[in-house]
Amino acid sequence: MTTAKSSGGSPSTFIPNTDDDQRAMLDAIGVADFEELITDVPESHRYPALNLPEAAHEMSLAAEMAGLAASNFVPGDYACFLGSGAYRHYVPAVARKVANRGEFMTSYTPYQPEVAQGSLQVAFEFQTMVSHLMGLPVANAGMYDGPTAFAEAALMAARLTKRTKVIALDTVDERNIEVSRSYSHYQGIEIVRASASDLSVPDDAACVMVQSPNVNGVIEDMAAISTAAHASGALAVASVNPMSLGMFKSPGECDVDIATGEGQPLGVPLGFGGPYVGLFTCKDELKRQLPGRIVGKTTDTNGETGYVLTLQTREQHIRRERATSNICTSTQLIALMVAAYLATLGKQGLRETAELCYQKAHYAASQIDALDGYSLASEGTFFNEFVISCRESVQTTLGALIEHKIIGGTDASERAPNGIVFALTEQNSRAEIDRLVAALGEIGSTS
Amino acid sequence: MASMDRRLLMDRSVAGRRAVTVPEADVPLTPLPDAELLRDDLQLPEITEGEVVRYFSLLSQLNFSVDTQYYPLGSCTMKYNPKLNDEVASLPGFSEIHPLQSDESVQGALQVLHELQDMLGEITGLPAVSVGPLAGAQGEFAGLLIARAFHKERGEDEKRNVALIPDSAHGTNPASAAMTGLDVVTVPSDEHGNVSVEDLRRLADEHTSIFMLTIPNTVGLFEPNILEITKIIHDVGGLVYADGANLNALLGLAKLGDLGFDIAHSNLHKTFSTPHGGGGPGSGPVLVTEDLAKYLPTPVVGEHNGKFSLVSPARTVGRLNGFQGSFGIAVRAYTYIRLMGLEGIKAISLNAIINANYLQSQLKDDFDVAYDRYCMHETVMSARRQKANGVSALDVAKRLIDYGIHPPTMYFPLIVPEALMIEPTETESKETLDAFIAVMKTIAVEAQDSPELLHEAPHNAANTRLDEAIAARKPVLRWTNEAAD
Repeated sequence: MTTAKSSGGSPSTFIPNTDDDQRAMLDAIGVADFEELITDVPESHRYPALNLPEAAHEMSLAAEMAGLAASNFVPGDYACFLGSGAYRHYVPAVARKVANRGEFMTSYTPYQPEVAQGSLQVAFEFQTMVSHLMGLPVANAGMYDGPTAFAEAALMAARLTKRTKVIALDTVDERNIEVSRSYSHYQGIEIVRASASDLSVPDDAACVMVQSPNVNGVIEDMAAISTAAHASGALAVASVNPMSLGMFKSPGECDVDIATGEGQPLGVPLGFGGPYVGLFTCKDELKRQLPGRIVGKTTDTNGETGYVLTLQTREQHIRRERATSNICTSTQLIALMVAAYLATLGKQGLRETAELCYQKAHYAASQIDALDGYSLASEGTFFNEFVISCRESVQTTLGALIEHKIIGGTDASERAPNGIVFALTEQNSRAEIDRLVAALGEIGSTS
Repeated sequence: MASMDRRLLMDRSVAGRRAVTVPEADVPLTPLPDAELLRDDLQLPEITEGEVVRYFSLLSQLNFSVDTQYYPLGSCTMKYNPKLNDEVASLPGFSEIHPLQSDESVQGALQVLHELQDMLGEITGLPAVSVGPLAGAQGEFAGLLIARAFHKERGEDEKRNVALIPDSAHGTNPASAAMTGLDVVTVPSDEHGNVSVEDLRRLADEHTSIFMLTIPNTVGLFEPNILEITKIIHDVGGLVYADGANLNALLGLAKLGDLGFDIAHSNLHKTFSTPHGGGGPGSGPVLVTEDLAKYLPTPVVGEHNGKFSLVSPARTVGRLNGFQGSFGIAVRAYTYIRLMGLEGIKAISLNAIINANYLQSQLKDDFDVAYDRYCMHETVMSARRQKANGVSALDVAKRLIDYGIHPPTMYFPLIVPEALMIEPTETESKETLDAFIAVMKTIAVEAQDSPELLHEAPHNAANTRLDEAIAARKPVLRWTNEAAD
């Protein structure tokens, strides 16, 4: 490993002050040496041994990291059919480009709105487009990710209804449930699983949680869930794949009260799971119980339009232990990516992209379903992913697919015999799909 | 500035325009589902690629940022963000891998996470690490869940229902404690800006679950009684939590584990130079002693015979987010630590502390210092002297904008009236600090001679002062069709 040594002068390329600068500053402070500044740190505990590598030259480290990155199996080099919460959609160059501007990337939370109008107006655009997409009038400026947004929606429903039981459909992804349990456990909230087919909502339920498309890729009847929830005085809380809303009915149209989602499909790279952004929307009358940052429109002393953080009395920096949440980020940079993506895709582009995902998925599903030993296990209308019962075990099937340079789907064997969830996006070509079908056809056919 | 075209996307939208085309399907078509399942309308803008670029570029120019301005925002550690970090995170092998790929197929990514766990553990002296939490506040939440799990296993969870938190703490501390069901009891500060040890001794008892302490504290001071403080809590059977927001002061100088802390979080977007992004994404790894490792949130990265895998600790407090945290942020932090190396890491805190004390020493004739003693990496000053002439901390902050400098943090911590919290960071040069000092001295004179200049500031920003009261009273939270109204 090549290492960089400082040759006198500044201690690092990122630390400008030289020994002479430091000396001049210590003199100006009026101390003989640095130690005089840190007498509060117990002497016995100062300067512990530290085992870290020597500094690397940028050039050497760039090469080393490129090597590490290249050692991963990269979708694109491999045909990839993984979904289950994160999807490989194409991100137009323009959307990537604007999000990389240093003025966006290296600013901070807009506590000084006069010098953060760029971030604030972007957040307002994000709220507008997410609100329109979800069909609900109020969106916040962003949460950590989809699962945490879903979990916070359950907490919000509990606050609004002053009830502590949460009914979660058994078709909600287990990851969503696990996060909701972590978030709600110590607030005395009980999460009960229920089946949509014989759903009975008790009178002490805060909300019914539904995911659409669900863990099997199937579009849920959110309107029926809303009706059932409302009949018992509970709220309807939905987690949706926002890409599906390019064609399918929005939660708002289904009378859902709080709708959340993982923003990743809208222009955010897969990035091994993050950073992503959570979408969070609700009906107007519920907005004062929202978690997270919210940006509002206002005017300045000259009467010009501008934007500010608003409804801040809900938040931790004001309300402390009585805040609606401890969150103090809107994951603004990722929200910017989503805003730039939606602005670029626009009204027509998002619908066309969603329909293309639908078409690819249905072609793939029908081709695989026609294979001997394979069957489509998802029942109902699906969007871009579906469960297939395979001939061989999940492990055998996925292992064999990798040999064909195909990254298969996620394990659904608890829900269907040898079940695998396959997901498709507009980026999966017919050639890739045909290759998948051929490879599946070979697996186990000779044994 | 007011003449700039700041119309919103929907006001720029013209039916039929588009910024991207989508290919035709290359597969046989399947009929769309029943119309009742489909939406009728999708209200999104219709604009061209050129306009998308111009609009977002224009907006970016309305921001102050570290790349363009001096940004001494206290408690936020607005240091320079090395550009290699972003490039590495954008490598296809990192940015395009799926979070649910098999461990064997992402060994390079897992190696980065594993080495970052080790390096953070080494720097803090808290060796067991999960980089999963998505922000400092989620790291706090994870830490508090760990404390509850620890007490529960000892059969003391019911009894230990109190989180002790100093009155100078960030708001997230009490908010996170409330989310874990703990009662918050506030510990007062003494006249020197430290935790009142006397009060702490009085408040700590068999009900104490955890004591949350920011170190150095939010006044920028190191607790001189830290060893006594951690002992007081341990003696009553409680745990001690370090809010790592100010870790930039301690790199190579002291290890949290050595000082008696049991649990901590680190803000990668502060200490480890990942971009703040205009308000996230952050990343808040949670760090604990070896004894508490079994409670870490899932997953962590394990290593066996050179093979890396995602594992769930034996008594994990559970899953806190969708996958394995902000990997893209972790990669940046890892790259940063490697670029800095051992000597560079040690130079960070030394320079941050000298810079802060230099500012404090040069400004204390013009502004009050909250506590007149040497500070660590940031100094809390006060405009209470100016207040006598009707000039507030807010006025001083807004006037700085006119001079092209981002304001310090204002009115925090809550225990200091008219607080101006200034954190220079180690990446600013003496020349930059001298220019800032000169501006602050000018503002001090202006506050005396022409206070109206300050009351009306800023004069040349994208907006003059904005009406936050009306925004909250009559919230407008999305675009409305004003042409149709």
